[in-house]
Amino acid sequence: MNTKKLLGFAAFLIAVFVLVPLFISATGRWDFFYTLTSVALLSVGAAGVWLTFYIGRINIGQGAYALVGGYVSTILVTQVGMSFWLTLPLAGLFCAFVSALIGFPILRLRGVYFAMVTLVLTEVARLTALALPITNGAKGITSIPLPGELSIFGLTIIPAFGSLSNPRFGFYIMAVLLMVITYLVLWRIVNSRLGHLCRSLQQNEELSASIGVNTAYLRLLAYAISSFFGGIAGAMFASIAQSIYPSSFVVADSVNFMLYCFLGGLGYVFGPMLGTFLLYFGWDLLSIAKEYQLLIYSGVMILLMLVLPNGVLSLLDKKEGSK
Amino acid sequence: MEQIIANGLYLGAQYALIALGLTLIFSLMNVLNFAHGQMYVFGGFVTYTVVVQLGLPFIVGLFASAVVLAIMGAAIEKFLFAPVVRRSKRDESTMLLAAGVAFFLDAVILLFFGEKQRGVPKIVNGVLNLDMRIIMPYDRILIGVLAILLIVAFIAFMNYSRTGRAMRALAQDKMAAQLMGVNVSRYSMIGFALGAMLAGLVGGLLVTITGVNLGMGGPTSVKAFLMIMIGGAGVISGAIAGGFILGMMESVGLTVLSAYGDITYLVIFASLMVFLAVRPQGLMGKPWG
Repeated sequence: MNTKKLLGFAAFLIAVFVLVPLFISATGRWDFFYTLTSVALLSVGAAGVWLTFYIGRINIGQGAYALVGGYVSTILVTQVGMSFWLTLPLAGLFCAFVSALIGFPILRLRGVYFAMVTLVLTEVARLTALALPITNGAKGITSIPLPGELSIFGLTIIPAFGSLSNPRFGFYIMAVLLMVITYLVLWRIVNSRLGHLCRSLQQNEELSASIGVNTAYLRLLAYAISSFFGGIAGAMFASIAQSIYPSSFVVADSVNFMLYCFLGGLGYVFGPMLGTFLLYFGWDLLSIAKEYQLLIYSGVMILLMLVLPNGVLSLLDKKEGSK
Repeated sequence: MEQIIANGLYLGAQYALIALGLTLIFSLMNVLNFAHGQMYVFGGFVTYTVVVQLGLPFIVGLFASAVVLAIMGAAIEKFLFAPVVRRSKRDESTMLLAAGVAFFLDAVILLFFGEKQRGVPKIVNGVLNLDMRIIMPYDRILIGVLAILLIVAFIAFMNYSRTGRAMRALAQDKMAAQLMGVNVSRYSMIGFALGAMLAGLVGGLLVTITGVNLGMGGPTSVKAFLMIMIGGAGVISGAIAGGFILGMMESVGLTVLSAYGDITYLVIFASLMVFLAVRPQGLMGKPWG
């Protein structure tokens, strides 16, 4: 079983790092790089949302942390002159810190109450970005410099994006790498003691508290990790788009993050990745349908929900059951 | 000061009506209806079509949007929500469905009615002017009074009719209601239709004053969520209280805080966070409703 998993992982790596670029250069659809980069980054954010689902909370506030992360990184790059690669973890840590502060009161809420508060949180983030002087209001911050080179002891690990002949390809590799690392971390968390404890929260919070699980600390930790993912995804996004506005991440984006998790399947670590890919890539492909794009997209989404209410990956379950 | 209170009451009456529909659906089916704002916009467009394009009187338009939305709500419940609720492992799966319906309605509105802002001409002209202390156009007063009448009618319906009693029983305890012979699937459908109808009615009322456009659905849903969080989800008195409180806060905030820029909603959100930290279930909600 373990070798099977390793083989699957290797096949996935080969697919995303070798086959996809080959396919794109063969067909000449260079815009797919941009789409797939977005898919990879959004799935990083969705991974965070999935982790909050894992402790039994519905998180519709990931857009808020993506926005905060984007602004933190942008402001550090443009006003302090820090290297982008340093701001990336800083943006994530800042989001984790903020989410711990906010999470302390609101994580006491459950079910729909928590979902609604987090939804409102996205709106709060947008309004804050509009009101604060440092974020430059509705005009946003534009022409952010591309990430520079990252070198340790004189050894260049990542070349400066400005010097690349094809920065799109560079961004694609970078985003996919980030996605792979995120999901490895997520997989590790789920299959650790922490993951088991989180699962106990999902099933029955009172019961797990009664046998001595520190539930308040655990849900704060899970929420902070979740927001960390949201923050780095937002920071990367701002740097790729080279601009950030208060409307870069709105309520619809937060809802989308949640939908990616649902569609992929809440019971599977790689569910959010698949869900993001299907929904975002599908949306992009449907742009040929012009004004019917949204109609077809939402129609398919409703149908999928009717046929597979437990997510696309629940198909795997049925196979195993029939054997 | 009187002006602020009058504005707050007027806003609150409409907000309460929106929140009532949302809370009704939530209490019966445990479904957070993301599409509520879109239903409201749809109702506005139906009234617009009947009144402006067909040239019929306003009351016909209002009636039409109520009927259209009620049928739509019943269909959505019967063919979409009921099967998914029956088959999914987790309650939350209905949220994906609700969001899908919201997108779908957005698409339908875009195709049928376009993306332009639409409004209906004033139904009553003139402005009420009390000593320059309260200045309020007559049409706003009419809409406010209509909204309050609708709220009263809704409460009476829920309290005294057989259907209303059945729905209240369902909201209290589904299992017990079922054992007493309440037809759960039938009353869930009626409840959803009623909730959607309320959204359509508010849309029809407000199209005469503010008009409607495609982009209004999402923000309206967020506001409706705010109201039922203040009052407590799934409780009718809570929805009404939440609606009036939000209306009042908005009215006061826009006057008092206008000197500091557009931060009214920021202040409302922040105070809501503090309030929920103290009282997570809202003013009148049952814990973990």
